[in-house]
Parts: sequence; C-alpha cells; structure tokens
Amino acid sequence: MPETAVRVKTWPSHGLHVRTPRYLRGKCGVIERDLGSFPNPEELAYGLPGTPPRRLVRVRFTMAEVWGAAAENPADTLDAEIYEHWLEPVEG
Amino acid sequence: MSTDPEKTLRYHDMGGLEAGPVDLSEHDYALWEKRVDALMVLSTSRGLFTVDGLRRAIEDMGPDAYETMSYYERWIYSVNRNLIEAGAYTADELAARLQAVAARGADYATCSLAEPGDA
Repeated sequence: MPETAVRVKTWPSHGLHVRTPRYLRGKCGVIERDLGSFPNPEELAYGLPGTPPRRLVRVRFTMAEVWGAAAENPADTLDAEIYEHWLEPVEG
Repeated sequence: MSTDPEKTLRYHDMGGLEAGPVDLSEHDYALWEKRVDALMVLSTSRGLFTVDGLRRAIEDMGPDAYETMSYYERWIYSVNRNLIEAGAYTADELAARLQAVAARGADYATCSLAEPGDA
C-alpha cells in the first residue's frame, strides 16, 4: 500500500536476530513501494522454515525524522526495507 | 526477560552511533578469505543454512568479536557454527581436523602434504 504512513515498532529484540535497525525504531515514514513476500528472515536465521512469508516494503523517512536536530539536510530522505510485522499504522 | 528495547540491543546494531572517520582504504583478499566466501556459497547452495543464519551467529559473538576480529574471521566462526548446527560435521570431527592441519607445519611453504599417519 504505497503512501501509507507507518511507524516502526519499538519491540525489544530479546537478544534475537531481527531485521530492523535500532535507529529506525519508533520513527515514522511512508511506504514507498511493496517489494513482495519472502520467508521470514528472523526465523530462517535459526534454521526454521520462515513460514508464513512476510511482506517486505520500502519505507521512506526524512532525515529530520530519523536524526532530529542532528540532521545535516533535514529534507533529504532515507529508504529502508522493513518487514510488515515491524510496522504499525500511524493514527490520524 | 527485559522489555526495555535499549537493554536487549546487541552490539552489531550500531547504526547512528558515534563512530569517527570511516576507513576507505581498499585491500586485496587473502586466499583463505576467498575460501571462506566460497564455503559460504557452497553451504547455502546445498541448503545447509542461509545468510540469515550467518548474520545471526555473528551477531551472537558480542563486542570482542567486532573489536578484535576481521570480517572473514567472523565469517568462518559463523559458517562453522552453522555447519555444526546443520549436522554437516561434529565438534569432535572439527577438533580432530584442526589438529591434523596444525600438524602440517606453520605454513604451506614448509609443510608436508602428507597427513599424519600416512605411509
């Protein structure tokens, strides 16, 4: 669903392999494109089958959102590919 | 188990932290590094484990590994761990093989190609 506003969840990783970097957790962006479904890498990492497949999307963030006042060029954007189970809708 | 995201982060997840200047120098790969890369390709093409497993075992290694080991040193640790988990060989078999390799000598220029015990 391109153009949908999403927030990256702030789930703790419990010391497990996760595919979402800390610097994006809790940040809001917009889905730029749908990349399709893939076996869940967070299960493949432990020799599990990774089913059901998870949808992967490219999310576009502004540097202002990611780095706050430290952003050198606040209007520049950063794209990150994030699995759907790490995203939640942004209200309003 | 802590539910504080900061407390459950692992050392590899360092994006955005202060890191100083980036070392942009290039270097050639050593033969052993190319062999480690090839071993990874062979392992995944045979379905023994995936790149996700490679990453997971490296992440499990902790701060010392990132501060003291090179890129392919971390890889061979992880490939080895994943192959043992996949049942490709046992820890005992690995230990015996490493001992046999060590017995060849300090380098390939001076070693004998014969295995210990060969006639």
